[in-house]
Amino acid sequence: MDQIILQILNGLDKGSAYALIALGLTLIFGTLGVVNFAHGALFMMGAFVAVTVSKLLTLSHKVVDETRTDFLGNPLEVDVPYVYDWFGQAAGDVLIDWAVPIALIVVVPIMILIGFAMERGLIKHFYKRPHADQILVTFGLAIVLQEIIKYFYGANPIPTPAPSAFVGSFDFGVAFGFDPNAIIYPYWRLVYFFFSIAIIGAVFAFLQFTTFGMVVRAGMADRETVGLLGIDIDKRFTIMFGIAAAVAGMAGVMYAPINSPNYDMGMHFLVLSFVVVVVGGMGSLPGAVAAGFMLGILESFASMSAVIDFLPGINQIVIYLVAIIILLTRPRGLMGRKGVMEE
Amino acid sequence: MSHSKVSRRGVIKTGMVASAGLALPQYLRADSHTGFTNAPGDSEVVLGFNVPQTGPYADEGADELRAYELAVEHLNGGGDGGMLSTFSSKALDGTGILGREVKYVTGDTQTKSDAARASARSMIEKDGAIMITGGSSSGVAVAVQALCQEAGIIFMAGLTHSNDTTGKDRRANGFRHFFNSYMSGAALAPVLAANYGTERKAYHLTADYNWGYTTEEAVRSSTEAMGWETVNAVKTPLTQTDFSSYIAPVLNSGADVLVLNHYGGNMVNSLTNAVQFGLREAEANGQNFEIVVPLYSRLMAKGAGANVSGIFGSTNWHWSLQDAGSQAFVQSFGTKYGFPPSQAAHTTYVQTLLYADAVTRAGSFNPCAVAEALEDFEFDGLGNGPTLYRGADHQCFKDVLVVKGKENPENEFDLLEIVEVTPVDQVTYAPDHPQFAGGELGACNPGA
Amino acid sequence: MLGLNKKDARLLLIVVAITMLAPFILNPFPAGSDLAQFNAGYPDLMQRFVIFGILAIGFNILFGLTGYLSFGHAAFLGVGSYAAVWMFKLLSMNIIPAIMLSVIIAGVFSLVIGYVSLRRSGIYFSILTLAFAQMSYSLAYSVLTPLTGGETGLQPKATDARILDGALEPGEAATPSLFNIAMRDSFELSLGNWEFVFNFGYYVAAVVMIFAFYMSIRIFRSPFGMMLRAIKSNQTRMSYTGLNARPYTLAAFVISGMYAGLAGGLLVAMDPQAGAERMFWTASGEIVIMTILGGAGTLIGPVLGAGFIKYFENIVSKINETVLHQWFYWLPDGLEDFVIAMIYPFVGKGWHLPLGLLFMLVVIFLPGGLVQGGQKIAGLFSRKTADEPQPKATEPAE
Repeated sequence: MDQIILQILNGLDKGSAYALIALGLTLIFGTLGVVNFAHGALFMMGAFVAVTVSKLLTLSHKVVDETRTDFLGNPLEVDVPYVYDWFGQAAGDVLIDWAVPIALIVVVPIMILIGFAMERGLIKHFYKRPHADQILVTFGLAIVLQEIIKYFYGANPIPTPAPSAFVGSFDFGVAFGFDPNAIIYPYWRLVYFFFSIAIIGAVFAFLQFTTFGMVVRAGMADRETVGLLGIDIDKRFTIMFGIAAAVAGMAGVMYAPINSPNYDMGMHFLVLSFVVVVVGGMGSLPGAVAAGFMLGILESFASMSAVIDFLPGINQIVIYLVAIIILLTRPRGLMGRKGVMEE
Repeated sequence: MSHSKVSRRGVIKTGMVASAGLALPQYLRADSHTGFTNAPGDSEVVLGFNVPQTGPYADEGADELRAYELAVEHLNGGGDGGMLSTFSSKALDGTGILGREVKYVTGDTQTKSDAARASARSMIEKDGAIMITGGSSSGVAVAVQALCQEAGIIFMAGLTHSNDTTGKDRRANGFRHFFNSYMSGAALAPVLAANYGTERKAYHLTADYNWGYTTEEAVRSSTEAMGWETVNAVKTPLTQTDFSSYIAPVLNSGADVLVLNHYGGNMVNSLTNAVQFGLREAEANGQNFEIVVPLYSRLMAKGAGANVSGIFGSTNWHWSLQDAGSQAFVQSFGTKYGFPPSQAAHTTYVQTLLYADAVTRAGSFNPCAVAEALEDFEFDGLGNGPTLYRGADHQCFKDVLVVKGKENPENEFDLLEIVEVTPVDQVTYAPDHPQFAGGELGACNPGA
Repeated sequence: MLGLNKKDARLLLIVVAITMLAPFILNPFPAGSDLAQFNAGYPDLMQRFVIFGILAIGFNILFGLTGYLSFGHAAFLGVGSYAAVWMFKLLSMNIIPAIMLSVIIAGVFSLVIGYVSLRRSGIYFSILTLAFAQMSYSLAYSVLTPLTGGETGLQPKATDARILDGALEPGEAATPSLFNIAMRDSFELSLGNWEFVFNFGYYVAAVVMIFAFYMSIRIFRSPFGMMLRAIKSNQTRMSYTGLNARPYTLAAFVISGMYAGLAGGLLVAMDPQAGAERMFWTASGEIVIMTILGGAGTLIGPVLGAGFIKYFENIVSKINETVLHQWFYWLPDGLEDFVIAMIYPFVGKGWHLPLGLLFMLVVIFLPGGLVQGGQKIAGLFSRKTADEPQPKATEPAE
């Protein structure tokens, strides 16, 4: 029983990560009709904003310490971060410790700018092109972005820890009357979960309850008519692209402490998030979110050793197997609209 | 591939030779005279360095490449000579190999066996490489080793840890200096027993592919021989990045040790996740919960950051070793590149030297002569103490390092500390040991 | 000729000429010169050019004609490869039974996957094929290890059964061959400083590719091909006329799956090793990219795209810093370092970067792929010299 609760919890956590990425992808698809293979790269760029902020905060100058030696026997040069000089050691340590939350503030304007630049400079010209062309050009862009990151940061993962306040796990078991240690979950992952829910809720509220959102939704349904009404839908679409990029970027920043970022983390999420979006149904935001959570939970269940013993290899294929079953029983995924990307 | 710098004179000369050649087409294969593939000319010899330059192991590949360049420099008499001065065999004198200047070509394995073989074939077919070396995974090593066997080229494996490379997939033309899963298990088990006691229950997470299988088997059998019990072993997909669903049940499984049979990105992520779940601070069965990582590398430790501190594992070599060979290598590598070498760099450097030395002692580049010179060759001074290149399976036998993540690293390279140097006798096994069964070296193939 | 119209026959003849003379065409630089780095005329790469050409030609029959974008075609390549290696292990090192079985197995496999996947269209179809391919990859890499060799791949060994072949002599390796001529047998021709390699395996693969290319022209021009195009332009209208599109698309899917199986079998025949990475989604993506890059729906485009990508992968990735220094040694020192610093991120370990840029540039400026680029150049050329016939390799195929 406790195992099942644990895996549901885990699935919700995983699912929130999938849902958050799929949300941005389906937002771009739904509003602009563009298949964006560079979305994973945007997620990766977000994570590297966190890496960069933490590197900037630890940017240091060298002080030679004559009492110690380095591995070659020369006097050791000790790195002293500039923040120590400016704010003192105690405040400096706090800043360094809170690098990831600081990055969360920085990432929004950066990613919105990148999103604007991408949409105006490249994506705009591909609205009327076949989806295959969109895939190729955004895939090319993803490779270029990845290689740029790799050039500066290398291929090795870079540890980017969460603030020490969030280290450790919360023991649910005790709260619900189980044995200690039966159901524990790390604080940062819980933070990630609630953060995802908040962002997803905010995006929905934005589209549902603001005039801007209403126009965008109208544009999603019938772009031409909205244009005929004299509304500058293009500008709004650019803004939507910026928002989607910012969502991907924030997801990336928050994900950095969970797994050390490396340059090709985006590619891994790309395929998964596409499966999530399609299973949810093309063009449906609630579908993407629901599919994200569903696949997350199923993946967690499939990784239980009792399940693997019964069906060896099921943990390798569960997501794809479920995707196939759903697409065969529900022609347009969970909540897809008719005629969207069916030709 | 000879890249002589083109001078005007050279061009004129080339032109003359070309016209002479046109007048008299020659149908020849250089090999047919010498009896082996890619016999080098009189002035230079080409080695092929086939390492991952893209993909997740690109940084490891870059470090291997640095070591290769250093080895070539030393073989050609440049730099400070590195380990040439500490190597027990004195055949090499810094004049290249058998008087030929050492040249090299590089390629990208992408850590895919297809790409690695394509790259190796281009080195053999296009650049005339006489020896291929490198790699950062067992899948690639086995694939390229088989290719070299077919082509009649010597393969000096780089970083490959699976038993299979010198076990069921061993080949007469392939040689491995790096240690293997069995040795990791055999070296780790006594240290684990000494530190954590013999009343332990282990939970294995194993990467779901060949290397994972052999490592799990090795660690399991040697820890169980010490009295440990294996509670569960769960296989995880190679493409997994978030291991939370595998780690979450561990604490409540009755186990008190978690063994992560993962490497590379898998290991960085699974260890990070395990620490997130508080396993390092947890208690189970009245003892501290412990995590073990059978195969460590400094680059992986760097990726996992502070999470590695206090966690045991094994490694082939570490730059903090104090013997003369290691010191000489660290000195010349550090002087050239500004940071200490990784174990991947060490094993590839040593493999290059060993090959060059074997050629020199054999007096020939013929793969069969080289193989004979390497088989049952005993040497010292290359950083691992006295070492034997066993002829029966082409595996090096040497001391194995048991290391643990440093609690308070002084700099970004100072991540591991050596806990124990397990003597070679403890990690030696018979060539037909069950974990290595099913392989056949076959006869050496000189090609052509 | 051969049931082709004049234009197609001309195109076929050009392809025949280029493939037959490839050892010369691909080795334009004398061995030992600085530019020899760019020579591609060695057996392995030449074989890959034509084999991936076959793969792309087959993919184009599905994608170029029907518009169905399969994102899992690499699975058929992989299955074909495994089938061929098993044939080498069990029956004979002769490549004919191996390739036949790989085509058959890939055909059966694509029939099953196609039958299921073609119930959906558009991106839903793409994701279904992707899901099947990823499942094949994951299982082949892990639980199917006894069948596929898993991480270390599947290779013929000296100790295999091989019922039809006699026992190997001691020390003899199992080599794929066609009636006792080994695939890797080569004949080298030195003309002055130029060296040309004529590899038996390459010519076997080239002949197969020419045949595959001929078949694809016939399919493009047949009533069946017309039907497939009708599906692409308007499937609804087609069904209103009382035609069921599914059997046609399924046939196209199976044909292109068999092409992929043929390519997989040939890959193994040239280099007897099959690994699971061959089925990973990036491998499927590579096939899509080859086709679009060259020009989807054109006859020659996919072959060009395949050649481009394989060239980058094998040639540009081998340019390292030492090579750059050899090229630019004649520049003043500071300038040399500057030039190398500028170029270095784009070659060697950075070879993905120019490839990504190339994808973007081609799609942005040449929506019809490389074929369109060729047409543009040809257009310029023919305007200047109006009387001359257009160069054929760039002939529009549709």
